[in-house]
Amino acid sequence: MKRHLISAADLTRDDAVLILDTAEEMARVADRPIKKLPTLRGRTVVNLFFEDSTRTRISFEAAAKRLSADVINFSAKGSSVSKGESLKDTALTLEAMGADAVVIRHHDSGAPHRLATSGWIGGSVVNAGDGTHEHPTQALLDAFTMRRRLGEGVGSDLSGRRITVVGDILHSRVARSNVHLLTTLGAEVTLVAPPTLVPIGVQQWPCEVSYDLDAVLAKSDAVMMLRVQRERMNAAFFPTEREYARRYGLDGERMARMPEHAIVMHPGPMNRGMEITAEVADSPRCTAVEQVTNGVSIRMAVLYLLLGGNEPALTAGTGTSTRTEESK
Amino acid sequence: MSKILIRGANVLGGEPQDVLIDGETIAAVGTGLSADGARVIEAAGQVLLPGLVDLHTHLREPGREDSETVLTGTKAAAVGGYTAVHAMANTFPVADTAGVVEQVWRLGRESGYCDVQPVGAVTVGLEGRQLAELGAMHDSAAGVRVFSDDGKCVDDAVIMRRALEYVKAFDGVVAQHAQEPRLTEGAQMNEGVVSAELGLGGWPAVAEESIIARDVLLAAHVGSRVHICHLSTAGSVELVRWAKSKGWDVTAEVTPHHLLLTDELVRSYNPVYKVNPPLRTEADVLALREALADGTIDCVATDHAPHPHEDKDCEWGAAAMGMVGLETALSVVQHTMVDSGLLDWAGVADRMSFRPAHIGRLEGHGRPIAAGEPANLTLVDSAYRGVVDPAGFASRSRNTPYEGRELPGRVTHTFLRGRTTVVDGILA
Ligand SMILES: [Zn+2]
Repeated sequence: MKRHLISAADLTRDDAVLILDTAEEMARVADRPIKKLPTLRGRTVVNLFFEDSTRTRISFEAAAKRLSADVINFSAKGSSVSKGESLKDTALTLEAMGADAVVIRHHDSGAPHRLATSGWIGGSVVNAGDGTHEHPTQALLDAFTMRRRLGEGVGSDLSGRRITVVGDILHSRVARSNVHLLTTLGAEVTLVAPPTLVPIGVQQWPCEVSYDLDAVLAKSDAVMMLRVQRERMNAAFFPTEREYARRYGLDGERMARMPEHAIVMHPGPMNRGMEITAEVADSPRCTAVEQVTNGVSIRMAVLYLLLGGNEPALTAGTGTSTRTEESK
Repeated sequence: MSKILIRGANVLGGEPQDVLIDGETIAAVGTGLSADGARVIEAAGQVLLPGLVDLHTHLREPGREDSETVLTGTKAAAVGGYTAVHAMANTFPVADTAGVVEQVWRLGRESGYCDVQPVGAVTVGLEGRQLAELGAMHDSAAGVRVFSDDGKCVDDAVIMRRALEYVKAFDGVVAQHAQEPRLTEGAQMNEGVVSAELGLGGWPAVAEESIIARDVLLAAHVGSRVHICHLSTAGSVELVRWAKSKGWDVTAEVTPHHLLLTDELVRSYNPVYKVNPPLRTEADVLALREALADGTIDCVATDHAPHPHEDKDCEWGAAAMGMVGLETALSVVQHTMVDSGLLDWAGVADRMSFRPAHIGRLEGHGRPIAAGEPANLTLVDSAYRGVVDPAGFASRSRNTPYEGRELPGRVTHTFLRGRTTVVDGILA
């Protein structure tokens, strides 16, 4: 792995499989009476959030704490410092405090990239969601959930699996990261959305695009429903909530047309009645809650691989943590 | 006294000739001219051009003297080979009254490095609602003939129509920053393959082209002339070509950066590449070069846009738009147009001096290199190659996209009415 995790596109297949396998080891820690490893003792992880996201922040916080790291939460939202100066000045402050890793959530696409390449800080940078660009740990936890639920074992990828991502692709960092990661792992990805919510330039993405949800459901191993903000209709991306739900929402009837083994995923928080009905959200086929649990394991794996030594995360017997040459 | 003999320069890139300057005027052009009583500048192998004229410069004074002043901006212009620049109106306060344009004009005269021709705002406060006192600005000492709300588009079709009509009374021209505002809300970069990947708000080509289409039709309808600022797309080129084929009085400019750089550079998220209109695709760049070569695009204009360091030393979304350009423009034009064989030096003189001066109806600039003409001249060492180092800029700002890039050509001497403003590449 590289020193930072900025984009899912930076991960090779082997990098990605290593993270998923390491996350499996981490998941086992959660089953122990003491859910803590000494691995990152004495290391400092800063959660730098320029945008509210309690869910993502506590997931990273739990992950860092289970690895015994010191965690500092830095919420820069609403800071009176002028926008332009705040990222740099905050970065310099964190550097002075000796941050080993900075987990950053930012409203501007590219802010984590800038943080990692500007020379402002020396530690590792983990992108926890930037603007409408990427959210790589979300894609990793999604892939982890799929691999588990679809019965693929440790060491394997998602070759031949067909994944459908539905919703506001244009504004979704989850979609961008998933397209990169899932195709790297061998899956075939289809994006489904009204044409207004598909970016110009999508033709270059390694995936299919469909405007017809019903046409792709029957051949999907997993259907990922993205959150669609109701306010989008004010900018004429779609006429009404009702029409959106009717054409692109997942209800019980549509779910019934999915293959027996297929799962429904959602990165949360869900807009019940909009992109997903309560019936689907609460069904055993929906992995939304599991994704939250898996998020902690994935983030432990990422922090461990970026910051940890060359030791396996758990002592002996796992046989899966051989590091790739790029590792350091 | 004060005679200068420029010996053996390739005038407009042609055969070596001597040019004798006497006072503010070119006294003679020929071979074997006598150096008697003259300071001699040995110019063998160098290209002599008319002093360059920029139709689109942001000098930032009054209001943003932290990024540039008339003095530092005109120094940068002289270093770049310019003898006249048009100072854009988006200052604080806006140059929308006779008082402000006269202030800028006077500061230019005091600087002594380069003539400053103020551009007047089209509408009060650049707000697009009420016409500024265009006539008063024209009648002022500044003698404004070019009007622009640059930075903002005159998007109201009626206001644009009226402005085009009104300035006919004094042979003025409206220079349009073509950007349909609704189509560019939240725009951060060119809309296309790269913006889709980077998740940055898209600035679609159609937002520029739809305004150009409207404005050339308006200009034709009311019989006025319109100038299009910083053309950036292949589609815009087609529209201007079409308008010219109709015989309409439409002119257009292109910036050096749009002749060289593409949106692929934005992948670095380095705000030094953030500019408005945004960097486009390779196909656009090639179309712009071709259009500048065949004359569809009349001239090169720098859109020199200085910003203080902190406005670029940040994340992309928070960064200011714009690049400095005066000190690198000629090198970029040599690299993209001359060294590539698209344009000869006579063509460069046309696109960077004759035509912009004509569009601005600027007197004393953009004149032939001939006896009796004002001695506004630029001597270029076209064989020079150097790496761009912003630390050496005369501009107060450093936001250049060319840092560390090797570019050809260097201005060795600039003459403003017979006086050297630059000697051996250094400000005099
Ligand atoms: Zn402009």
